[in-house]
Amino acid sequence: MASAGVIKRLCRVYFSNVYKIHRKAFNIRVARRSFAVNHAACQQQEFTSLDEKPQFPGASAEFVDKLEFIQPNVISGIPVYRVMDRQGNILNQSEDPQLPKEEVLKFYKNMTLLNTMDRILYESQRQGRISFYMTNYGEEGTHLGSAAALEPSDLVFGQYREAGVLMYRGYPLDQFMAQCYGNASDAGKGRQMPVHYGSKDHNFVTISSPLATQIPQAAGAAYALKRENNNRAVICYFGEGAASEGDAHAGFNFAATLECPIIFFCRNNGYAISTPTSEQYRGDGIAARGPGYGILSIRVDGNDVFAVYNATKEARRRAVAENQPFLIEAMTYRIGHHSTSDDSSAYRSVDEVNYWDKQDHPISRLRHYMTNKGWWDTEQEKAWRKKSRIRVMEAFEQAERKLKPNPDYIFSDVYMEMPPHIKKQQESLQRHLKIYGEHYPLDHFEK
Amino acid sequence: MCATMAVSSRLFFNGMSLFNNSITYINRGLYSTLGKVLFRVSLASDVHNISQKRHAAHFSFHPDPTPTQYGPTQKMNLFQSITSALDDSLARDPTAVIFGEDVAFGGVFRCTVGLRDKYGKDRVFNTPLCEQGIVGFGIGVATTGATAIAEIQFADYIFPAFDQIVNEAAKYRYRSGNQFDCGSLTVRAPWGCVGHGALYHSQSPESFFVHCPGIKVVIPRSPIQAKGLLLACIEDKNPCIFFEPKILYRAAVEQVPIEPFIIPLSQAEVLQEGSDVTLVAWGTQVHVMKEVANMAQEKLGVSCELIDLKTILPWDTETVCKSVAKTGRLLISHEAPITGGFAAEISTVVQEECFLNLEAPIARVCGYDTPFPHIFEPFYIPDKWKCFDAVRKMINF
Repeated sequence: MASAGVIKRLCRVYFSNVYKIHRKAFNIRVARRSFAVNHAACQQQEFTSLDEKPQFPGASAEFVDKLEFIQPNVISGIPVYRVMDRQGNILNQSEDPQLPKEEVLKFYKNMTLLNTMDRILYESQRQGRISFYMTNYGEEGTHLGSAAALEPSDLVFGQYREAGVLMYRGYPLDQFMAQCYGNASDAGKGRQMPVHYGSKDHNFVTISSPLATQIPQAAGAAYALKRENNNRAVICYFGEGAASEGDAHAGFNFAATLECPIIFFCRNNGYAISTPTSEQYRGDGIAARGPGYGILSIRVDGNDVFAVYNATKEARRRAVAENQPFLIEAMTYRIGHHSTSDDSSAYRSVDEVNYWDKQDHPISRLRHYMTNKGWWDTEQEKAWRKKSRIRVMEAFEQAERKLKPNPDYIFSDVYMEMPPHIKKQQESLQRHLKIYGEHYPLDHFEK
Repeated sequence: MCATMAVSSRLFFNGMSLFNNSITYINRGLYSTLGKVLFRVSLASDVHNISQKRHAAHFSFHPDPTPTQYGPTQKMNLFQSITSALDDSLARDPTAVIFGEDVAFGGVFRCTVGLRDKYGKDRVFNTPLCEQGIVGFGIGVATTGATAIAEIQFADYIFPAFDQIVNEAAKYRYRSGNQFDCGSLTVRAPWGCVGHGALYHSQSPESFFVHCPGIKVVIPRSPIQAKGLLLACIEDKNPCIFFEPKILYRAAVEQVPIEPFIIPLSQAEVLQEGSDVTLVAWGTQVHVMKEVANMAQEKLGVSCELIDLKTILPWDTETVCKSVAKTGRLLISHEAPITGGFAAEISTVVQEECFLNLEAPIARVCGYDTPFPHIFEPFYIPDKWKCFDAVRKMINF
């Protein structure tokens, strides 16, 4: 207990000082700079004669005369912020965002529409109609709650399990489908695997497979937006597995030292493919790392769309006002398989999955809330389920019927212009297809 | 990258001054003073005299004629012409930012001296010591359309950013169907051997990058070239890697236009016309080859055509093949190891394009397939004698 007390005290001191320290370090840097200009040869700091106070430039702390290692607090970790319970009851009225009915219905309809799209595309992959798919089961609340708290102009960097953000922003169903089918309507020109969505119009940066690479990129984009001074922020999503990559370390550290208006949003769903979090880290999740970088951090219930909304809203407000990063760790559970190439029953129990699907799901929780409010009933549920299914099926069938893009799209956009050597290779393929075209699926591609 | 990097680079930098003071007297300022002190000390003992010999240049720099078409010029060494290019970019483009390890105080090679004071700390700033972060951050800046000029302190330390360069920067435009790109990103890095840089301050990693569609790789041979090519990289709408031969930072001095000017990318330059052999190189090795051409003329009566490739990717096949079609013989030389080096690519393409013109096997004189060693550097590098011998054998084939 004694050590717990010490940790608490240290944490308090630490947190209250984070911002101050940051400022102080900044001032020192500036001071050094002006010094360097005039007397680059002799960069020296003035030291006071306070012998009992540590003077190390690397940290601002007191001396302590007793040997004591700081213990990580993993048993009683950073608490999980929630606004409503599993039955959709608001727990603390002062935390109720009191969103209007239309907005809440929009949350619900987008979450369920995403869920319907997931089911249909998952099945289509099982039937071999698309090559690959990744569902969003159980994480719909993190997408919608956070997306709704942002401005449409805020730039989104994602991992791959954030399709709900695009859905909230009005990305059309046929574009989701076009990307998965790689058909001629795909803005990505059929070059990437399914679910690697991207849309310039919706400020959603194109997804790529290498994990965590988007994290330092998002910090750079936030820095550039800060310089543009046009009230925009960046949000960067990633899973708890991706947070183990070196790029996550880079992104957090750069965002803090370069004072970037960014929200790091971690979806901690308990698994990175088959790897449970106990094999991913030994600290108190991802949120506990934030303070180590000087980043304001919070942990929220990812199945509580209002908790996600509130945290993102406040982080967004402060990130832009104060030019500093925020870290939100949303605790969820990955109900679906990792992807269509994975059978998760090989490494976790059906009971475990069922608990989250039946007892604690972001969609059912919001439905309880809406029912409690008298905003939703079984009839509406039935009608909406039917309508959303028809909408998805229509988009699906249209996408399937469309031709794929012209094979010439292999060669463009490698560079902005097409260099001669690539032009030659394009011509070589064209000549080849003139002779051997019958051996290629040319009928499925635009001419 | 490594814990010792900042220290070693500074030590190394002092070494640079020392080395360069022995062949030129152009450098002024804090570090060159320090270098001179070391230099004097080093003369005090025979032991140090021996180690001085180790630093003897393996090339001599011959300045290009003063260009007349770009307005007034000023005497600059290579690091100063880099600064001049960066200065022009920041002046013309309010979105442009420069960042990396230790760039704020002027950089460990002095390439960014004065820029922070002139343009502000939000435009010229230090980053944490993390190469994957630097390139990732630069890609992010470029994604918004702003101009990002990232510095990797030594080309040897670019590998932690390999993933960001190869999987991300190079593929950004392609994979998004041209919705997003990082075309306004330029990554600069000191490159090549320097006399005593050993394994991690000597590398020439260009061939690792030329296997990667989507980026451009550019290497200048002189201060004029450095400014014109760097400005071209910064303005190019594709992510570029610009390698700066660090041995030339102080050693190479010539008249460089003060105003901004562009030397086009993907265009090789025939520096010297000849009829018997084509010599292709880039960076410092161009100067080695220049001497080889003179030696071949004097000792063998062989007329060499010398080509500076300048852009390694996408490279100028036309200029090289046209030359080989004329001379019938080709020697390619680079400091990097031979296996998988870029000479292999040039050699293959020329063999495909000029099969009927070739009168001898194409020769590659390169670094050996070993890490770059410390005390053995004089034996490791593809110096003028090794290149000369290759020309001699080729002529006698």
